[in-house]
Amino acid sequence: MAKVPVQFTLNGAEKAEFIDSGTTLLHALRDKIGDTSPKGGCHQGTCGGCSVIIDGELRLSCLTLAETCNGAAITTASGLSEGGVLHPLQRAFLDAFATQCGFCTPGMIMAATVLLDHTPNPSRDEVVEALSGNICRCTGYEPIIQAVLTAARSNSQNAA
Amino acid sequence: MELRKSYFADQRKDDLHEIGQPRPRSDSPGHVTGKTAYFADRNFPGMLHLKMVRSPHHHARIRSIDISEAEKHPGVVKILTAKDVPHNVYTILILIQIGPEDETVLADGKVRWKGEAVVAVLAETERAAQEAAAKVKVDYEVLPAVFDMEEALKPGAPTVNEYHGRNYYLYDSGECRKVRFGDVEAGFAGADHVLEQTYQSSPIEHAPTETTGCIVVPEGNDRFTCYTNTQAMFFTLDNASIILQMPGNKLHFVGGTVGGGFGGKVDVIVEPIAILGAKLTGRPVSFIYSREEEMQISSPRAAEKVVIKDGVMNDGRIVARKVTGYTDAGAYSRHSPYGAQKGAGHYPGPYTIPNVWIDTYCVYTNRTPSSAMRGFGVTIGDFALEVQMDKLARLIGMDPLEFRFINAYRDGDMKAHRQPTEGAALIECMQEASRAANWPVAEKYLSMSSYAKGV
Amino acid sequence: MALALQTFSTVKEANAALTVAGTRYLGGGTLVVRAANEGDVSVSILIRSTEPSLSAITVSGDKVRIGASVTMAAIACHPDLSSLAHAARAVGGPAIRNMATVGGNLFAPAPYGDFTVALLALDTTVSTKDGEVPIETFVAKRESNHAIVTAVGFTLPVDGGFRFLKVSRVKPTGVAVLSIAAVLEQAPDGTVSSARIALGCMADRPMRATAAEKALLGRKLTSDGIEPALAVARDGTSPITDPIASAWYRNEVLPVHLGRLLLA
Repeated sequence: MAKVPVQFTLNGAEKAEFIDSGTTLLHALRDKIGDTSPKGGCHQGTCGGCSVIIDGELRLSCLTLAETCNGAAITTASGLSEGGVLHPLQRAFLDAFATQCGFCTPGMIMAATVLLDHTPNPSRDEVVEALSGNICRCTGYEPIIQAVLTAARSNSQNAA
Repeated sequence: MELRKSYFADQRKDDLHEIGQPRPRSDSPGHVTGKTAYFADRNFPGMLHLKMVRSPHHHARIRSIDISEAEKHPGVVKILTAKDVPHNVYTILILIQIGPEDETVLADGKVRWKGEAVVAVLAETERAAQEAAAKVKVDYEVLPAVFDMEEALKPGAPTVNEYHGRNYYLYDSGECRKVRFGDVEAGFAGADHVLEQTYQSSPIEHAPTETTGCIVVPEGNDRFTCYTNTQAMFFTLDNASIILQMPGNKLHFVGGTVGGGFGGKVDVIVEPIAILGAKLTGRPVSFIYSREEEMQISSPRAAEKVVIKDGVMNDGRIVARKVTGYTDAGAYSRHSPYGAQKGAGHYPGPYTIPNVWIDTYCVYTNRTPSSAMRGFGVTIGDFALEVQMDKLARLIGMDPLEFRFINAYRDGDMKAHRQPTEGAALIECMQEASRAANWPVAEKYLSMSSYAKGV
Repeated sequence: MALALQTFSTVKEANAALTVAGTRYLGGGTLVVRAANEGDVSVSILIRSTEPSLSAITVSGDKVRIGASVTMAAIACHPDLSSLAHAARAVGGPAIRNMATVGGNLFAPAPYGDFTVALLALDTTVSTKDGEVPIETFVAKRESNHAIVTAVGFTLPVDGGFRFLKVSRVKPTGVAVLSIAAVLEQAPDGTVSSARIALGCMADRPMRATAAEKALLGRKLTSDGIEPALAVARDGTSPITDPIASAWYRNEVLPVHLGRLLLA
């Protein structure tokens, strides 16, 4: 089994690993690097639990081969809070009861992060569209949508 | 929507510090930071991956199993068949004396549903396990299968499960669970109208975002730690102890946050075979369902068929109700005999009816075994009952909510299974629903109470 | 054999590598990596090429060339392709659209492949090292194709000439019950002078609704005018049955949705 080197930044920190060629990014992050915040719910690209941000774009780590990420900047849900202070999205999810079992939460927060990066004041429809690749089986989505809208409002208030 | 608090105010304190106040969930900080540990968020050196060879047939005899090619496949460490399982025939509810044992951990001589586990392959990587699984040769003689409960109950239908010997569960009460109250035929004879309707449902998959699975680690002292997302920790431990013929104190089960269960993770399926694999190889073993397995293999909510016959008077009183319920257990019992029994206890619904007859059957077919799911045995029955209530109201030209007020159970009423009603709140719920939903009902219903009749 | 990835800087080298048994070309990964994850052990070597032309979109006048590695997201936000943006956005959720490619979509089995339905209506040509072939020919024989798709090319319809509808149970982006794309030209009096209609999920791959196209010619886009086209919309279909819908259901609702698209 051929080992190949991969090197990228994960949540700002340099990572370099030798992995088996053909390893998915999800597998590399969870089992080689130890960041288990991306979740493997389907390995089919359907549930969005493994969503990560690669060079500013939302991607599914279960369908991305790790060796295609050489030189990339990767962000996961575990890298959002700084110095123990929750990111506004994390705070909003917590306050809005937007988590139940929590399995979809990291992926949801990744999708919402990319949305707010590009669209700081999204409409409800834009939030729904941005989360449309992420499945939650517990909440019925409404608290999650409200959390993202709340985070957007608190961002814009802080910016003002 | 603001709900009124005036109901039962004398029975409740409203100045409590915790109850009635929003409080943050203690697990949310872990969820939003990705720090919550699920069973699969662990990795152990030398961990093996288990993949299951499954039956492609709904019903077949196994003539032979050839694992010789698969055993030679690079990366394969161990291949398990029925003979490797110490106590291969089990049933989960045996813990509460509901037998007989009727299900195999790995198929032995026969498969009874499409997807049944036949051979377990343990290999260094998932890929190697998948490749080796493809090399396992199973020679099947396909048998006639039955998928419909009524067909299964007919004489001459293929016998699905020899451990029962008949295509229904034999309760101590006979071929079904029975409730008899009053004289239902006399009730029908005296009714202004009689309405009989049939309701059916399909199986429903829980579809948790985290698939069923476990990781088992041998601790080197004949003890095994099983990290699992089971919803039934001690049920699973005790059943694993029986299946593996291993004292419970050798098994250390570690649960934790479950990535969605909804009842779909109360069966004992992945843990015993993974523990056996860890025992026979001395290596950690991971057995995690793929999404396809979660959707196709894990137990769904049972398909049900409910036949309801009601006698109703023009003044709105239901005077007789006869219900025959059928629960499709699939090929094995799992929790379905209990589900069907729950149905018997649940009918005739939250209504006081003087003449009741209930029969509920637990039927075996060559479908995926069904089991627990949120209110199983009750949910589909409630759907049927409440649709029936609307139909009855329409039949006699009465408002459907007022019709329910007339029949609602209240404290002191004797239920069909002879438990007196206590703590009823249906009247008050409907009063508040009437107000909140702006569905007005006559004043006399708004002055009713669950406490006493005849207000 | 374990799975391995081989990356080549040119399409030519990648094409040469694909002659080895057990190889498959890797586009965005939404089909091929998915299959590997689900236990498809028939592929052991994934081949990809990073040749820049594969990721290029060129628009000159009304001629469009889209490299095979261009993603749905790139099409959806390209200023010159705004008339196709809703068809590109019909594919998956945002993450899938950042990965799924035009080339890969040509191979997506029903119920997937919504963008290929659009390409079929657009009378696209598909380019490989062997030259250009009409999309209908390509899609019909896609299983036997072994050459890397490099690009698709088509002529942009005049404003409002391209119509697209994806019907799904989950909004805003669910798996298709069916999808319909149409390129219509109308004479000054409003009658249809040319029509290409493509259907998704009405067979195992995107197909043309040729009988409906013919029945539209010379007709106006009114309830009465489109009636003959709707009556023959099901000609030649053999819809898939899957957890989303049965073949029977898809055939039942096709004329309804085609009617809505034509009258929109």
